[in-house]
Amino acid sequence: MASTNSPMAPPRSFFWSRRIFLTLLTGFVLLPVYVMVSSSLKPLADVTGEFHWLPSEVTIRPYIDIWSTIPLARYFVNSLVVAGAATVCSVVIAVFAAYAVSRYEFRGKRVFTVTVLSTQMFPGILFLLPLFLIYVNIGNATGIALFGSRGGLILTYLTFSLPFSIWMLIGYFDSVPRDLDEAALVDGCGPLGALFRVVVPAAIPGIVAVAVYAFMTAWGEVLFASVMTNDTTRTLAVGLQGYSTLNNVYWNQIMAASLVVSVPVVAGFLLLQRYLVAGLTAGAVK
Amino acid sequence: MTTTAPAEAAVGETPSGAAHPHPRRRPGRIRRIGLPYLLLLPALLLELLVHLVPMVIGIVMSFKELTQFYIRDWGTAPWSGLDNYKVSVDFDAPVGEALLHSFLVTVAFTLLSVGLCWLIGTAAAVYLQDTFRGRGLLRALFLIPYALPVYAAVITWVFMFQHDNGLVNHVLHDQLHLTDKPSFWLIGDNSFYALLTVSVWKGWPFAFLIVMAGLQNIPGELYEAAALDGAGMWQQIRRITLPSLRPVNQVLLLVLFLWTFNDFNTPFVLFGKSAPEAADLISVHIYQASFVTWNFGTGSAMSVLLLLFLLVVTGVYLLLTSRGRKPAHG
Repeated sequence: MASTNSPMAPPRSFFWSRRIFLTLLTGFVLLPVYVMVSSSLKPLADVTGEFHWLPSEVTIRPYIDIWSTIPLARYFVNSLVVAGAATVCSVVIAVFAAYAVSRYEFRGKRVFTVTVLSTQMFPGILFLLPLFLIYVNIGNATGIALFGSRGGLILTYLTFSLPFSIWMLIGYFDSVPRDLDEAALVDGCGPLGALFRVVVPAAIPGIVAVAVYAFMTAWGEVLFASVMTNDTTRTLAVGLQGYSTLNNVYWNQIMAASLVVSVPVVAGFLLLQRYLVAGLTAGAVK
Repeated sequence: MTTTAPAEAAVGETPSGAAHPHPRRRPGRIRRIGLPYLLLLPALLLELLVHLVPMVIGIVMSFKELTQFYIRDWGTAPWSGLDNYKVSVDFDAPVGEALLHSFLVTVAFTLLSVGLCWLIGTAAAVYLQDTFRGRGLLRALFLIPYALPVYAAVITWVFMFQHDNGLVNHVLHDQLHLTDKPSFWLIGDNSFYALLTVSVWKGWPFAFLIVMAGLQNIPGELYEAAALDGAGMWQQIRRITLPSLRPVNQVLLLVLFLWTFNDFNTPFVLFGKSAPEAADLISVHIYQASFVTWNFGTGSAMSVLLLLFLLVVTGVYLLLTSRGRKPAHG
């Protein structure tokens, strides 16, 4: 599609500037990736002494040691549970909310969307302590342990990704023709039937994009994870710091662990990135 | 790529069609009015619990003398009126002076970071607009910094910035001999540039992603018309691509600004709990004022001031950019 945009052949200056720019940018982007991969295959002596581009010998030892230096497997499971649950809940709740805003006229609609979007402005630090106090008080009053538990973290993270998800899905649902769900209503579906049988299937790219965003938000968050978790519920974002608080900084293990925790997200992201661009095109960017 | 949704939509349309002009078949008035609220309820409750109520409590706290003695039962902390605010904005005293310094550092950092992220993201998106060999691969590679978990990416940069065993000093000092002796990157004045580098590295792919999506909504006829008028590639980019991206840029720049200004994860992983003075971003500064000195009242007051500042900036920004846009369209 893009190539038909320019019937005239671009000038040569366009080609050489593109080549230079993209080469430099690729180097900049991949430099840390190279350091991560190469250092994770180095023996400890290589990463404590002067930096060298290539390992003196290639070893997979760091990939074995990472699991015993800190309880990495436990952190991994915690992160998976927290990010997975937060993603599923966030997507479902955002679908409901976006459907209401996209398909119904009701009092307070504008107030709702503006309020939800403006929460993006809040500095996380402003509600860190109040939220901590609320969770502790709910725990004292009802016995539901939110502070220090995975549940509390799931609740927090799913709300973090809600505003952007709702906003993006409103845009996406608006682009799904109304005739479709009205036809479904005539065919005897209830409003929820129309939502799940017609609107959701037509909005899959947008929903996948929102899910990817929600998962990444939960998987990478550091501030609330560092305050709201304890030894058993610690997530990777905090747990990974365990490699450097010991007497020795095991850089090769840190790099190996970083790579291990990155692979699921990066692989998933790259597989789904087409949906993400498609979702953004139809949803947020209009 | 973008045709997925319309294609599926078209398939779904065929069996029922628009043959029924009267889709209204509502069971009852109450249900019709209640349904949207019911659908919104979960989102609303969560926003209240996690965002709005804590914010109100935070504002209340900023008017209290909330030190570690009262933290167990914060309701009993004595009211202190505007004292926390006075301490925060008394720029002659150490606390206020440090806050002002941190604020200025954050402003400079944010402007540079957002500017660079936008510039690189836009350039990359425009250069990748045409199809050529390796385009898909490059696009995937460029999204890696965005996809990597923040701590994994930033901790790699921490390693690269190490004084004795890092890559940056190895290249600049050992290989290129640009410096007399290895530099410190994570303490002292250099830390500002280290933070900026990491922030741009991590942030530009988001701008790239959004601009790329925005480019696909520019109708191809515009380019064809311009080409017929004899506009070259560079002119097309300047006259059509960039102006068409204006609405996208309006939102993109605002979002980038807010995220960068409030960014906590990057400086926290890069420097730990106490950031060097040259890279003392405001969110980490407030975190330290609250959790390291255990003075939550003052910390809350600082957060409220930060929120007010962001509200004003956002309001003015939206007013200016929206006003500037209307005459251009009508």
